[in-house]
Amino acid sequence: MTTNTDVIATREPQAAGPDARPEVVQLDDVTVIYGSNRALKGVSARFASGAVGLLGPNGAGKSTMLKALLGFIKPSEGRMSVLGLDVAQRPMEIRARLGYMPESDAHIPGMNAVTFVAYCGQLAGLPAVDAMQRAHEVLYYVGLGEARYRNVETYSTGMKQRIKLAQALVHDPDLLFLDEPTNGMDPKGRDEMLELIRDLGHNKNVNLILSSHLLPDVEFTCDHVVVMDKGQVAAQGPIAELKGPAGRVFELRVKGDLRGFLEVLRQSGMDCHSTDEDVMRVFVPAGLADSYGRAGDQQAIFVQAAKFGVQVRHLRPSVPTLEDVFAKAVGEK
Amino acid sequence: MPIHDQSYRRYRGGKATPGHAWLVIASAGIRTMLRKRAFLGVLLFAWGPFIVRAVQIYVTTNYRQVAAAFGVNAQTFRDFLAQQDFFVFIVTIYVGAGLIANDRRANALQIYLSKPLMRTEYIVGKAAVLFSFLLLVTWVPAMLLLFLQVVLQGSFEFVKTNLFLFPAITVASFLQALLATFTMLALSSLSKSSRYVGILYAGIIFFTAAVYGALYAITGDSSLSWLSVGQSQTQVIDVIFRLTPRYATPWQVSLIVVLGLIALSFSVLERRVRGVEVVT
Repeated sequence: MTTNTDVIATREPQAAGPDARPEVVQLDDVTVIYGSNRALKGVSARFASGAVGLLGPNGAGKSTMLKALLGFIKPSEGRMSVLGLDVAQRPMEIRARLGYMPESDAHIPGMNAVTFVAYCGQLAGLPAVDAMQRAHEVLYYVGLGEARYRNVETYSTGMKQRIKLAQALVHDPDLLFLDEPTNGMDPKGRDEMLELIRDLGHNKNVNLILSSHLLPDVEFTCDHVVVMDKGQVAAQGPIAELKGPAGRVFELRVKGDLRGFLEVLRQSGMDCHSTDEDVMRVFVPAGLADSYGRAGDQQAIFVQAAKFGVQVRHLRPSVPTLEDVFAKAVGEK
Repeated sequence: MPIHDQSYRRYRGGKATPGHAWLVIASAGIRTMLRKRAFLGVLLFAWGPFIVRAVQIYVTTNYRQVAAAFGVNAQTFRDFLAQQDFFVFIVTIYVGAGLIANDRRANALQIYLSKPLMRTEYIVGKAAVLFSFLLLVTWVPAMLLLFLQVVLQGSFEFVKTNLFLFPAITVASFLQALLATFTMLALSSLSKSSRYVGILYAGIIFFTAAVYGALYAITGDSSLSWLSVGQSQTQVIDVIFRLTPRYATPWQVSLIVVLGLIALSFSVLERRVRGVEVVT
């Protein structure tokens, strides 16, 4: 008789560190055309293992990229590989190791949750008994344990999002594609969904690609990001790296010679630019701040202001966010 | 320490190799239909002609004076399949209309096709649901009648003289089921509403029959029977049962119409069953 422990075991943590992560998805010069619309324009991207965000505004080509990787859409040019397997040559093997949570509402009509998820498990190749056992487990994991005998069509939007995650997880995929997983969810449900995704990516070591236009979602759940804009990759890499070197950003307003003071700050090793008529953003690198002692970053600005003879009227710290990365990547001011 | 970890855990059991998913789809579809009481009623009703024919066989094998008027021959089995046409129509609409349309309404195609199964497997799985039920109201009762004839007669004499009935019943039933299955599946893939699909299917069957009927009434010539789906099928099945075809259309033309319709259905399914719908 097959016991619970025979069938399932806790996923072992990865040995490799975050910087030595192998790539799980690779796109080389991929172009996808819908009629006259080029949805992807020669996209080349690398998705490291772990949690990677696919970020971009609506219509940037995120969903198209995921659908091309699933084999739903054939690119007119380029080459794609998932988990080291060529998408064009071995789509079945890829899908056997993939979990896909689509953006739109999707379910099999006329089934309750546990039957639906078990059915998806069987479609992915699990034996009927194992599929049913896994269905119960993943439904508990995504928070639908108490509602698992209800017909999926009676579920709320948040519950439908959860069951889409459950069906993507039931066959224990090596890689998850999550397309806008928090769409239509209330704030509490959204937080819970993000916690689940973060847990999968960081504690359960499930590789995942989270496609979203919501910067905070990606920032909370992912370590790496690929920023898309107008069918092209605008930026990619570890989020921490893209945010720039360690240090702090300040919003600064001074009374006096603004242009001259900007020049002084730049000469002293700070990165700064004016954002409004009298407001500037000043980045104080961590190394420079250290030389000014405790609260050195603020001190550095005050020292330069005193030397140059301008009066600091406003100084507000701000931390560089993924929003800054996104804005910079897509060329917004 | 928790006694049972309800967190996410890795599956270490076996997985079937790709290629069997159609069986999962088919068995789930069949189970879903068999849970509907109304459908079980339809199936029971569809076996009514079988009961009548079984009584006929019983009477003719036991009372020789009746056998002269109601004797069982190849025509009996052909007529039985013709009677089942009505139930084929009902079962096709009941089972088939929602097979793909409901999946399209619920965006289920992207769930299916993100699993390790090909579009062909999906179509075969869906087709198997309808095909099985259609054989249940055509081939299964017809073969049972043949078996009943042998058992009640107490000899193989009838079978020996009508040996062609086994392949004839099989080929005719399968052709009937194939045509209905793939025509309905193709229509089901065109819409998200099973009601609309049902109406469309009925419309095609009745409209083509009405066009032929009108032309026949005007010209008095049955060579245009190829215009009707039902008449084309009837013509081919007559030939399969070694009977004189009832219409003037060459049976080969009727066969081309039937096979052409099946091929057209395949083409529609190939275009419509996709993980993503591209609107350009």
